[in-house]
Amino acid sequence: MYALIETIHAAGLLTCFALLSTSRIGACIRWLSFQGILFGMVPLIIPDDGLTTRTLLMAGGSLVLKGIAFPWILLKLRARANYNREVQPFVSFVMSILCGILILSLSVWLTLQMKPALIHAPFVLLNSSIFLIFVGLFLMISRRNALMQVIGYLVLENGIFVFGVITVVGTPLLVELGVLLDAFVGVFVMGIAIYHITREFGSMDVDRLTELRG
Amino acid sequence: MPASGSLALPVCALILAPMLLGIVNRTKAVIAGRRGPPLLQPYWDIAKSLRRGAVYGEVTTWLFRLGPVVGLATLAAALLVTPFGGVRAPVSFSGDPIVLVGLLALGRFATVLAALDTGSSFEGMGASREVHFAALAEPALLLALATLARVTGSFALTPVYQAITIGAWADALPTFALVAMTLLVITLVENTRIPVDDPATHLELTMIHEVMVLDHSGPDLGLIQYAAALKVWIVGALLVGLVTPIRSGSVWLDGAAMLVGMVLLAGVIGMIESAMARYRLAQVPQFIVAAATLSAVAFIIRLI
Repeated sequence: MYALIETIHAAGLLTCFALLSTSRIGACIRWLSFQGILFGMVPLIIPDDGLTTRTLLMAGGSLVLKGIAFPWILLKLRARANYNREVQPFVSFVMSILCGILILSLSVWLTLQMKPALIHAPFVLLNSSIFLIFVGLFLMISRRNALMQVIGYLVLENGIFVFGVITVVGTPLLVELGVLLDAFVGVFVMGIAIYHITREFGSMDVDRLTELRG
Repeated sequence: MPASGSLALPVCALILAPMLLGIVNRTKAVIAGRRGPPLLQPYWDIAKSLRRGAVYGEVTTWLFRLGPVVGLATLAAALLVTPFGGVRAPVSFSGDPIVLVGLLALGRFATVLAALDTGSSFEGMGASREVHFAALAEPALLLALATLARVTGSFALTPVYQAITIGAWADALPTFALVAMTLLVITLVENTRIPVDDPATHLELTMIHEVMVLDHSGPDLGLIQYAAALKVWIVGALLVGLVTPIRSGSVWLDGAAMLVGMVLLAGVIGMIESAMARYRLAQVPQFIVAAATLSAVAFIIRLI
């Protein structure tokens, strides 16, 4: 069991580094899908009472939404804006990877600080959740392409999801599913916004949003 | 058990190392549909070079003649601390991973100096590239070895590799897998194989290592070729020792498993060379940094 958790942790970290170092939007979306599936399995393996309807619903909802629905929406959006398929980083890829290592060290330190308060949570997954949150934030601020900001948001969401699953024991199912629904609506709205941005500005470059259009 | 192994191991390495290059070349030839040179061809090449006379440029100094000698000597010394999987290295002391990396760096330094000594801008370019990539690959190798040391709780190569058993793999599967991936990349980078550098090409824009040794001739070239084979053996032994966790205690069984592993590694290198294209030069640092990242991740998750 612990080996499985550790494998998810290591693979999850690698998906983050893959996101940090990939230059193609399409590849990033596929990595995001893989990450969603990977961390969608966490509700299945964490609880001690085995498989219940609750865990199955949570895992199923997260797998369908993050593994299939979100990537599908994002791929559609990318296909619409076919002028540019690069992520256009503000920070070079090598620097991004180095920042990722820095973030990883920071997240380990933070996890060590938080661990006494959260005794039940498995340490490695706590670490990956914090790492995902920070990497999501970093991806949002360091990439020029609007689609990458949605991807960063979803990485952040993955982190919050894992954090919730492993730390909060008694959350009602409705709340958990509500969070998933929120994320879904969020991506939907962002998708529509990006669609309008591309139509209006002819580009997904968020730098150009400073130009005023009448 | 004694703290050190016998000298038989380095002697075997000295004899068998060029065979690895032969296997790599044969694999590439078979995949390309050719018959390829005989497996012993690297030995004939080296012997041929050693019989020839050397030509030295008028502008070169003793540094130029020193390069190949130091390059070979450092690798021969590195053989002394490199364990062969479960087979002990003749010399083992705490901190020898750093000595190993340092010896590799010293050999590279001598080669770079010899290249710069020719005064050719072409060789200077190769030296610059070599040092650029080495500066990234060295921390990656050190991190990989440090991670292994961290997992096994020892900081000498022989005990570290003694401790890598099937049980240790089961306990630290993600860590070992990440380190093995890093070491595979290091094997390709250190030995200047595709996708980092193409040892077969002599195209001006793409060469890294080959360009540095262009001015060497005769015995010097033979020494350089021999040193290249030893380097494949040493770096390969670090990788194969990790992914062949057979530690029976019997030198013959462990050694045989490792030899099979080395042959397979040579085959894998040949397959990678056949299947992949070289990276653009600007992409190579990213490739090496990504490999170092794998080790860094492995190291940090072991800190927990």
